[in-house]
Amino acid sequence: MKSAQQTALDVQGGTSSALEELERALSVVRERNDELNVFLHVDQDGARALASTIDERVARGEYVGPLAGVPIAIKDNLCQVGIPTTCSSRILEGWRPPYNATVIDRLITAGAVPIGKTNLDEFAMGSSTENSAFGPTRNPLDPTRVPGGSSGGSAAAVAADMTPISLGSDTGGSIRQPAALCGLIGMKPTYGLVSRYGLIAFASSLDQIGPFAKNAMDAALLLEVIAGHDPMDSTSLPEPSPSLATHVNSGVVGQRVGLVRELIEGADEDVESAVVRARSALEEAGAKVVELSIPEFRLGLSAYYLIAPAEASSNLARFDGVRYGNRVDAEDVTAMMEATRTAGFGAEVKRRIMLGTYALSAGYFDAYYGQALKVRTQMIAAFRRAYEQVDLLLGATTPSVAFEFGSKTSNPMSMYLSDVFTIPTNLAGEPAVSVPFGTGEAGLPIGVQLLGPARSEGRLFAAARVLEIADGRP
Amino acid sequence: MGSPLRREEVAHVAKLARLSLSEDELELFTEQLGQVLEHANDMSSLDLKDVEPTAHPFGLINVVRDDVVRASLERNAVLSQAPDTQDDRFAVPRIMGEAP
Repeated sequence: MKSAQQTALDVQGGTSSALEELERALSVVRERNDELNVFLHVDQDGARALASTIDERVARGEYVGPLAGVPIAIKDNLCQVGIPTTCSSRILEGWRPPYNATVIDRLITAGAVPIGKTNLDEFAMGSSTENSAFGPTRNPLDPTRVPGGSSGGSAAAVAADMTPISLGSDTGGSIRQPAALCGLIGMKPTYGLVSRYGLIAFASSLDQIGPFAKNAMDAALLLEVIAGHDPMDSTSLPEPSPSLATHVNSGVVGQRVGLVRELIEGADEDVESAVVRARSALEEAGAKVVELSIPEFRLGLSAYYLIAPAEASSNLARFDGVRYGNRVDAEDVTAMMEATRTAGFGAEVKRRIMLGTYALSAGYFDAYYGQALKVRTQMIAAFRRAYEQVDLLLGATTPSVAFEFGSKTSNPMSMYLSDVFTIPTNLAGEPAVSVPFGTGEAGLPIGVQLLGPARSEGRLFAAARVLEIADGRP
Repeated sequence: MGSPLRREEVAHVAKLARLSLSEDELELFTEQLGQVLEHANDMSSLDLKDVEPTAHPFGLINVVRDDVVRASLERNAVLSQAPDTQDDRFAVPRIMGEAP
């Protein structure tokens, strides 16, 4: 499939048009969406109107933007004016946001054409997209398997060649894990690099919006467009969007890379061997790789599964049947709220709200939430020590290739373990990228993960590009 | 080893979270939440007395904008998405009982 970069060049140069690119995307959606359940809503009319405007501007000789006429899929926890936004939850079914997320405004300014909203695990809680109230998304590479999650729909949209790029959000791995399972590049940027305004919050101190693409250049172009300070998000970094595309072909000569033992521990053999081959590829390209142990990473899962539910229990308190979404009527306001939430939330969301409420409740606060926050301090310190020795870290993204439907749904803990390698990054607020590198069991793709200190996205894309070349991709 | 959670605690937490759980759900959640808390025992054994907690990756500071009047969302656009409204306000069922 044509890259986002090439699409924008073609549309701007007049050898293609935004409408032509859009219709091609829509025809793939029509062909495959019933089978794969990628999109919950396709905004055909809005997308056509945007595409026509772009074509008119090109005809007038105007420069449209770096993503001129590029169709893009949007995770359905991002608000877009007038477009149903559900978070894959019954509680928000039918709700149409009165405002745009900042990333949507920036995409449109850059010439991109959002074509619709993609399926996710309800409120981004899950690792397989099986927790959606609107049915699971299937992995386009093997429809008997999950696409990963929670941004499974956005990953599947790109893997199925519906759109060249898409947006997801990553709280504990929700971009990187589905990227790995669908054979894509997916990045969780530095916390605060991308505005969260209009991203329906799951765990505010961990959530970050980021790109999916088929190659490092497209991911870098997309991230450049959505990054940069936003006064509407008080946690937004006070600096303009960094230049990233210029770094993609910088290579890794002289870079020091730490292969982290804890980031392959417990991984399947095929995944571990891909990481070892990635190490050789980086070395052959001029990086110096050393082996490291960061024992604090082993505590990440426990800390995360207290911190994220604690924040979620607070964030999801707003879904009470008063200001938006569905309401189940009852005789008084408390009974109405309880009936609304009980009917509106699925099992996993209830589980996490319960866990978070418990961790924050009197008598347990210090033992669970308080202790987790201290572990977070130690995690950040451990990363800092590692980055005194090396420039980047290397490991696996997930313990296995895409798994089969139902294989982890009966035991939440086994599902949570899918995030064991991606969580440390979120706790530290740092960036990391999953890059497809070879295949494993059943010929399915394997993702290797590169991690870097805050604001090292350019360096991460350069290393990702080196792995792409070594993996034989153009 | 029993669950670190008691069923009555789970019922209490559900009430705090404004969720009503069936008997079966109570039982399942008691077991499943117990498993997560048991996994968290790897943290509880650590001596972290002298470690400061971190609630936010880069530390939060107050961010204020200039005190300039600007447009907010259209009232009707917001109210149109609410389950029930009355006189330009969100409407809810009664909050208190009738006066005696």
